[in-house]
Amino acid sequence: MTATPEKAAAVDTVSLTIDGKEVSVAKGTLIIRAAEQVGIDIPRFCDHPALKPAGACRQCLVDVASPGPDGNLRAFPKPQPSCAMTVSEGMVVNTQHTSEAADKAQKGVMELLLINHPLDCPVCDKGGECPLQNQALSNGRPESRFIDVKRVFEKPLALSSEILLDRERCILCQRCTRFSKEIAGDAFIDLQNRGAMQQIGTFNEEVLDFDGYEPIGVAAEDESGKAFSSYYSGNTVQICPVGALTSAAYRFRSRPFDLISSPGIAEHDSSGAAIRVDHRRGKILRRLADQDMVVNEDWVTDKDRFAFAWQNLSDRITRPLVRGEDGELHEASWPDALAAAAAGLKAATEGDTAQGAAVLPGGRVTLEDAYAYGKFARVALGTNDVDARTRVASDEEQAFLGATVAGTGMGVTFGDLEKAPAVLLAGFEAEDEGGVVFLRLRKSLGRQQVFTIAPFATRGSEKLNATLIPTAPGGEGKAFAAIKASTDAAEALKAEGSVIVVGERLAGSPGAFTQALALAKRTGARLAWIPRRAGERGALEAGALPDLLPGGRDVASASARQTVAEAWGVASLPETPGRDAAAIIADAAAGKVGALVVGGVTPSDLTGPMGEALARTPFVVSLEVRRGEVAEHADVVLPVAPPSEKAGTFVNWEGRLRGFATAIKTDAMGDHRVLDLLARELGVDLKTGTVADANEQLAALGAPAKGERPAAPKVDAAKVDAKPGASVVLASWHQLVDEGALQDGEPYLAGTGRTAVARLSAKTAEAAGATEGVVTVASAHGSLELPVVVTEGMADGVVWVPTKSPGAWVAQELGVEPGALVTVKGGVA
Amino acid sequence: MTYTAETLAQLETDAADIVGRYPVKRSALLPLLHLVQSVDGYVSPDGIAFCAKTVDLTSAEVSAVATFYTQYKRRPNGEYQVGVCTTALCAVMGGDEIWRQVSEKCGVGHDETTGDGKITLERIECNAACDYAPVMMVNWEFFDNMTPDRALRVVDDILEGRDVKPTRGSHKVGTFKETERVLAGFEDGRANEDQGLGDPTLAGLKIAREQGWEEKR
Amino acid sequence: MTDLTPVLTATWDAEESWKLSTYESHGGYGALKKALGMEPGDIIQMVKDSGLRGRGGAGFPTGMKWGFLPPDDGGPRYLVVNADESEPGTCKDIPTMLSAPQILIEGVAITSFAIGCNHAFIYLRGEVTHVYRRLLQAVREAYEAGHLGKNIHGSGFDLDVTVHAGAGAYICGEETALLDSLEGRRGQPRLKPPFPAVAGLYARPTVVNNVESVSSVPAIVDRGVEWFTAMGTERSKGMGIFSLSGHVTRPGQYEAPLGITLRELIDMAGGMRDGKKLKFWTPGGSSTPIFTDEHLDTPLDYESVGAAGSMLGTRALQIFDETTCVVRVVTRWTEFYKHESCGKCTPCREGTFWLTQILKRVEGGRGTEADIQQLLDTCESILGRAFCALGDGATSSISSSVKLFREEYERHVTEGCCPFDHAASALFDYETKAIEEAHA
Repeated sequence: MTATPEKAAAVDTVSLTIDGKEVSVAKGTLIIRAAEQVGIDIPRFCDHPALKPAGACRQCLVDVASPGPDGNLRAFPKPQPSCAMTVSEGMVVNTQHTSEAADKAQKGVMELLLINHPLDCPVCDKGGECPLQNQALSNGRPESRFIDVKRVFEKPLALSSEILLDRERCILCQRCTRFSKEIAGDAFIDLQNRGAMQQIGTFNEEVLDFDGYEPIGVAAEDESGKAFSSYYSGNTVQICPVGALTSAAYRFRSRPFDLISSPGIAEHDSSGAAIRVDHRRGKILRRLADQDMVVNEDWVTDKDRFAFAWQNLSDRITRPLVRGEDGELHEASWPDALAAAAAGLKAATEGDTAQGAAVLPGGRVTLEDAYAYGKFARVALGTNDVDARTRVASDEEQAFLGATVAGTGMGVTFGDLEKAPAVLLAGFEAEDEGGVVFLRLRKSLGRQQVFTIAPFATRGSEKLNATLIPTAPGGEGKAFAAIKASTDAAEALKAEGSVIVVGERLAGSPGAFTQALALAKRTGARLAWIPRRAGERGALEAGALPDLLPGGRDVASASARQTVAEAWGVASLPETPGRDAAAIIADAAAGKVGALVVGGVTPSDLTGPMGEALARTPFVVSLEVRRGEVAEHADVVLPVAPPSEKAGTFVNWEGRLRGFATAIKTDAMGDHRVLDLLARELGVDLKTGTVADANEQLAALGAPAKGERPAAPKVDAAKVDAKPGASVVLASWHQLVDEGALQDGEPYLAGTGRTAVARLSAKTAEAAGATEGVVTVASAHGSLELPVVVTEGMADGVVWVPTKSPGAWVAQELGVEPGALVTVKGGVA
Repeated sequence: MTYTAETLAQLETDAADIVGRYPVKRSALLPLLHLVQSVDGYVSPDGIAFCAKTVDLTSAEVSAVATFYTQYKRRPNGEYQVGVCTTALCAVMGGDEIWRQVSEKCGVGHDETTGDGKITLERIECNAACDYAPVMMVNWEFFDNMTPDRALRVVDDILEGRDVKPTRGSHKVGTFKETERVLAGFEDGRANEDQGLGDPTLAGLKIAREQGWEEKR
Repeated sequence: MTDLTPVLTATWDAEESWKLSTYESHGGYGALKKALGMEPGDIIQMVKDSGLRGRGGAGFPTGMKWGFLPPDDGGPRYLVVNADESEPGTCKDIPTMLSAPQILIEGVAITSFAIGCNHAFIYLRGEVTHVYRRLLQAVREAYEAGHLGKNIHGSGFDLDVTVHAGAGAYICGEETALLDSLEGRRGQPRLKPPFPAVAGLYARPTVVNNVESVSSVPAIVDRGVEWFTAMGTERSKGMGIFSLSGHVTRPGQYEAPLGITLRELIDMAGGMRDGKKLKFWTPGGSSTPIFTDEHLDTPLDYESVGAAGSMLGTRALQIFDETTCVVRVVTRWTEFYKHESCGKCTPCREGTFWLTQILKRVEGGRGTEADIQQLLDTCESILGRAFCALGDGATSSISSSVKLFREEYERHVTEGCCPFDHAASALFDYETKAIEEAHA
């Protein structure tokens, strides 16, 4: 190994004195940050480390002197905003602690901030955790000298169904508008009016007193049909330094000092964003972004923040259920339920005529749960028929994941994505499917070239200033292959540190993963697989895929099986290749599966005949939080804990282990523990009773030895013949806010989701006679009727619809995966 | 949008002209809002949407700008914008009384429009004609050295449908919409109209001429 | 006795003074032709040597401002003319552009050549229709005559000029707010640094100069540095337009060397109206602390006015006689600042809101003794703590008037009403009736 020369030049540092303390900080540091480094707190409202300085509230004024050209200290005649002024060598800063002038300036600003601020702290959500309240109490005047008339506004103003604004509390720090513009790219709110009447708002004709048309507000809507439809709007509530912005979900629900805060990891996507769960008497009241500078920084998506009601809805299962002779489910004791489950599974797996059992864990599992499901299938049920991928999946994908992703530890990171000079996205919409991944990419706007292989440029892509490589679903392989020397994308990706991001949707596109690998090799770009659901990477690592044992070990490899069998203390592992989720469901629907063990699977998410499969399978065990459709077909229902009531680990797309502890202690058990108990009934010791047990085993297994992985896939890229006409190619993916099961019970969040539309290129729309109004998208299975949006630059011969938005449940209604041909026709069929 | 195809086509042509004046599109926003007023007589919600589309902004970003500047009106403006300066100097010199009488005559207050849609009355801030105080502006043309009687005569003329003539500048005050088109940067061929300069503008020059003072070369 | 020195105003009484032909017949555009034959750096040096200081109020040396531009990096750099004349009392740029717009256009051309700008902007306040007509025509005429456009007079120098109308916001006179406004944003001031010279319009190096500053350039180039420095005082060189308004017999524009006194100017203006006594005046607009008759002989240059406790500002001399209630005037100015505060920073937004309420009570006879102290305290909370100079300016008249006329404030409190007959200060006779109020 050759020694690499010190690449990073020593950071230029600047020495200065703050309140008599010497401090050395990097050049370009703001005074307020430098002060923080030596433990000196300067009050502030508009300042936020992730936002560009505004210098607007003036609360952080300090006295500054710096050496002139002659070396003598020269004091600035006026106090300076420490949030906006950078340090310089030899500077002397005196804050409110040591300078009377600074203290007086800050007190003056405080008084002015309060003259129009209501004295409603006792009923304000922010009361008790309010920077303004804290500052007023510690430094404000005991009594106001303001005896005149305060500014009042009608309240609250709904900026969206979720975000409410009490304008009289607002101190116009502009954190919310700066966040929306700078970070999220959603400038749906801005300062309105001027001077003393300045306020935050959308373009609301009524509020701003514009002579409008009926109905009020229509002109303010964006294409989504919503006025402030940002996936990240909840962050504005969190960074509001007063109680001006509140969420409809939390407003008037609680006092911060009554809440218990527990750290957690969001379960809604594969980013593994750090969150804080605030709960009271066993119930979650709200969730906040926790700062984690290497993952989500200061932000979370609205889904991560607001979607938690699902786990405490009235259909929550708290006790096991066993189907009685009357055909109904009855509550049962754990021993009885476990015994019943074990008996049913035994019957399905033992004996010559047994059809065998299969396991569908779902994609929301923790690493430990997934491990337990995989091990349970192989050891207790003697089968490789286990697959967490209850979504579009392929053998090519499995080979790709086994060969290049599983067991590779940390690969491309959030930081790498941010620093990448070029990023190519394929089968992946960063804003809809990646949550905070989008914010990281957007952080590099202007410094990073983004290309996207997609049917059209989404709003997210536009906000990244991405170059669209228009591609019909299924054509991604060819699109990768076409990125050759002399194309812009190829040139860009050659820059060191560039990244190709592939999404799970590429599994529906034959040859795409093969070609992605080839492109990575050609250009030297790194490859990152960013699946949508939180459990995907963990399931892969834990061996909850049919042909992959923990760490990406190939089931077909005898030595791999041997390694794992030894570790598990069993003689051997099943050799027969497993069926993937789609095959399990198809076979079950055909009556060819003896028993199913089903985890968090929502049948309406699946194109396959899940209902039929559940109905025709003789014995079904369901491990669920809520009593849903699976339970209605199940013979035994075993309640499991939602993420907040258990400990575990999500492995995020980076491969980073995102462990979390139990936030709310209840009797509910994690899937891994329930499976452990069930296995015992079957006479098997899974050793997955605790999170630690599972992790110990995974650690002991370690990375696969050479030759234990499957070979990288070699699949020919499919050719897609997408052209305008009666039959077009279906494109679809989930909107971040939609009708996914984990968003149930949260109407305020749902109200911020984007309106479901069907997108067509102008040519395609013309050919389908669907240039305006409603278009009917139909398959052999069924149809959807949606408003048509003719989309500029879109690939021809493609129709895009959201996967599970209101009025567009694609899997359930069309019953086909993206890439399939569907018909489009203007009007209602 | 509720613009007719014809109106929209003209708007788009004019907008392209305006956008073409600047290296960066967004700079066109202020003149575009003037243009919208020249068509709709105020900044209509349609106009906001049109501007947003033209310069790639959200409607909130456009209304943020439209509500910052006082010349942008949120309700259909009268044919004539009558502004009485009531900033300190004009107010003291008689602007307050002129305002009182004009307001009484029109029967409307600040930022209100007469029932016949002729006049929108406004208390205006200093309009850079202090040497002619008290000052009134009609569609942003100068009516200098006002008295209540003179001001009322102007108001009368407007209400009776007669042309009104500024004291400095053009020969005739154009309508609000015509004026807004000029403010959008479109010449109307009237730059050479002139009423002669008032005494205050030439006060110093006149003395210099009388005294034979010239710049010393 | 100081002589008046018509330079900028010299052609105002000519027939059709606004036309290019008139301007050219008075020697116009000679300076541009001369400048095009010079090295740009020499022009900058010339303006530096002339000592010309910004005529928009702050008085920053114009040549030095030009000199702050970083070396040419091949990208665009801009000249933006601040024609947003809005400071109460200030009324010099509007008549300049109405009567002699070509002097400004020639100044723009020379300045642009000197600083390497190929696209200049004139940001005119929107509330002056005819001035805009004249500027649009002036620019068109200049293009047609080859003073603007491509390869100006065969020099290889290209220049486009765009005249842009604002839409009613005093704050846009602040140069960074003006730039934001010109970029199609709310006219709210920017943080400095970066200064416009480094990152101004479209984040490119930019010079922002007042109309009168730019209009002074052709004469300096034409007549030379010595000619210019022969006028004025030690550190305040050259001539400037002094705008007299208010209670003088002949208000108007008086172009004179810096250093002239108000006594001289009032004398030229025919004295105070009806022989009344001077009570108070502003040397440079409503943002400058007020003076009284004690300051009649203060030379009106930057240093002397500063030393006497105020600022030369825009030389907007608003003259109020003994009939005027100072509390009324100050209240109105304060309402102006409240109306025009952009709302960005707390001190200015909330401070002017508060001050207005107190002043309206005091003026209406509903104030208390404590209110007068509160006025001073609130001014202290604004002065030097606001984001830009607007906030500071809002306090000037209050602090200075309480200092000079405290007893008048107290009389409003003790007598429970305004002790003045408002009609007496008007230019016409009327009977005082209604309660007067400015903007809500």
